[in-house]
Amino acid sequence: MMTDILPLLPVLVPVIAGIVMLFTGRRNVYLQRVIASATGLILVILSVVTIIYIAGNGMAVTHVGNWNAPYGISMVIDMLAALLLFGTAIVTFTVVVFSFQSIGAVRERFFYYPMVMFMITGVNGAFITGDIFNMFVFFEVFLLASYVLITIGGTKIQLQEGFKYYLVNVISSNFFVLSVAYLYVSVGTLNMADIHQKLSAFEGDAAILTIIAVVMLFVFATKAGLFPFYFWLPGSYFAPPIPIMALFGALLTKVGVYAIARTYSLFFIDNIGFTHQMLLFLAVLTIIMGSIGALAYTDMKKIIIYNILIAIGVITAGYAMMDEAGTIGATYYLIHDIIIKAGLFFLIGFIIYRTGESDINRLGGLIKIHPVAGWTFFIAALGIAGVPPFSGFYGKLFITESLIDNGHVFSAIIVLLSSLVVLYSIMRIFISVFWGENMDFSKLKPISYDKLLFSSFVMIALVVILGFGADIFYPIFESAAQSLYDPASYSGYLLEVE
Amino acid sequence: MEILVIILAGILIGASVYLMLSKSLLRIIIGTGVLSHGILLMLLTMGGLKRGGIPVLDDSVQSYSDPLPQAMLLTVIVITFALTAYMLVIAIRVYKELGTDNVENMKGVPRDDD
Amino acid sequence: MNLKSTLKKLGYAKVHKQMNDVFLKYTAKVVFLIIITFSINLFFSGHYTPGGGFVGGLLAAAAIVLLLLAYDLKTINKMIPFDHKWLIALGLTLSVFVPLVLMIFGQPFFTHQALYIELPIFGEVPIHTAVFFDVGVYITVAATTLLIITLLATEQAMSDSEGADRS
Repeated sequence: MMTDILPLLPVLVPVIAGIVMLFTGRRNVYLQRVIASATGLILVILSVVTIIYIAGNGMAVTHVGNWNAPYGISMVIDMLAALLLFGTAIVTFTVVVFSFQSIGAVRERFFYYPMVMFMITGVNGAFITGDIFNMFVFFEVFLLASYVLITIGGTKIQLQEGFKYYLVNVISSNFFVLSVAYLYVSVGTLNMADIHQKLSAFEGDAAILTIIAVVMLFVFATKAGLFPFYFWLPGSYFAPPIPIMALFGALLTKVGVYAIARTYSLFFIDNIGFTHQMLLFLAVLTIIMGSIGALAYTDMKKIIIYNILIAIGVITAGYAMMDEAGTIGATYYLIHDIIIKAGLFFLIGFIIYRTGESDINRLGGLIKIHPVAGWTFFIAALGIAGVPPFSGFYGKLFITESLIDNGHVFSAIIVLLSSLVVLYSIMRIFISVFWGENMDFSKLKPISYDKLLFSSFVMIALVVILGFGADIFYPIFESAAQSLYDPASYSGYLLEVE
Repeated sequence: MEILVIILAGILIGASVYLMLSKSLLRIIIGTGVLSHGILLMLLTMGGLKRGGIPVLDDSVQSYSDPLPQAMLLTVIVITFALTAYMLVIAIRVYKELGTDNVENMKGVPRDDD
Repeated sequence: MNLKSTLKKLGYAKVHKQMNDVFLKYTAKVVFLIIITFSINLFFSGHYTPGGGFVGGLLAAAAIVLLLLAYDLKTINKMIPFDHKWLIALGLTLSVFVPLVLMIFGQPFFTHQALYIELPIFGEVPIHTAVFFDVGVYITVAATTLLIITLLATEQAMSDSEGADRS
């Protein structure tokens, strides 16, 4: 009973909330706010319950429509999915709260909250589905909602960049279908655990698997923003308003990384020398490109967006190793990055809404007016760079350890150097925005900002907790990483069915 | 038969690449539609093309056609339909707001009126 | 704008008033009925043979678009006095809550229940929970298609440019 309902709730709760909000109509914005934030809270509680349940009982599996596993669609929550559900839930809640005072009444009336909920439906579904084609469907659900979100409000830059975003994602989605078709013709099944078992005993030509690996990497790298396919990311994420930007930056790229980790641990285990090497290569190049971008811009939004690229590179480098230390580190860093990126977007969003400026050269001396926000930003900067007591450190420690163990010393050095770049780029914001010459304080916008700061504080507090409680959380992350470096434990649920 | 359909899919995808590389918004949207048609043909071919019965309920049918590629195909058609429709709306909106349907002119950060 | 005034000068309004498209309007009504019936037929045959909610919904939308060609938007809105967005929400509700109700009975989501009943004329008829789910799909698809087409057709409606979020 419990296992039948629990795995589906992360999908059902937001979709029901979205539908209910569609019924309330566009006039009743206040009711929509209440429903949206309540849904966010429910999701947070639900994900915590899920984590506790899975820590006690192992994976939660349900078979949609009562069709048994290799034939029907299975919803599988392992610890990795549960942790990502937690990240999604907390980002949803804080983004919704942040939106109250920032998104503007016009966008709220145009079904902003229902669209956020539909997007969360897709994101959650992509995390928990155990079926590769179903993953495509959930990808499309959140992409459709994200097309609406990126163009909502209809300013010029949003329409222009939204169209590019649409084009890039449509092409990569089509290739997703193509790779699923190839996979289906080679193994004759779509259930991911079943594919793993069939591919472990694969008799046919291994070259087709490498082709599928490359096509899938193209798809997920485009969604995640890995090296050659990140070109759309800085432009498209720059366009929408801050809450949507935070939602996209914290979640959408992470779904791509999750899909890479899942497929590369379950499917492509034959030709690791080529596929995972390529993954590492792309990851290192992503870090370098992200670092160049983060150093080059003086616009706060751009700096954070390029920091997303660096984080994606670091996480992918960890997953490319696919050993115990690498996956633990990457999983830890993945959760850390979801939270800290959302927090940073909230903080710079607060600054941008308060001052009306996003160029750091035109800001300065804000510490005199907003000391608390300033020092929170300082903690966030330390956290994202991975200064030891904070959470970024542990992830990078494991990733670097794994890279060195596998003899990729150069990549390890790049990962470590990227921390310096991150620290420098964020500190540059901190120094020139909060210190330096005073800007004209009379130009500050008289907005109410308690909810903006509330969202940021929640995120930064979580990062601090995640960092200081790393010892306590370690078993959770270990069991999350286990289904990646030991994929047999993931596909084990098939045995219980048959 | 399969090889013919695969060649047809190749032609469709080639045409879609041509369309998507053009500069008009409408042609690009049509290009994405044609691309998905090509990919769908590939998907259908992957199940093997053969004449077979409906794979449910009928005990007398001897050879079934594979239902899964068709089910996936239908799903993708639905999704592509929704995508294309929404993007047509957005394309008209882009044309009205930016005053151009040429993607060459859609660069940089445009100045916002509002 | 320019075109309109030119047409006015040429006496288009008078001409337009005279040719009130009797043939088109009359045949549209008849064909509308035929298409709607066919779409319902397709919808009900959907479970065992080709057809289903999506195709049925599209056909229903096509039928209404035919009426749109013959009449204008105002008349159509009078004929179908529902807000499209409300219809979409209704359809989504059906297609989510029907599987959800089954979940309360301890079955996994989307588990179907079938029931065979005797009806006077039709004989034995299978009543399937999937039918109610498909009604939701039908309504959603028809309403979404109509919403998009009316959005594309009317100019002032461009300010609300959402709706195509799922089908």
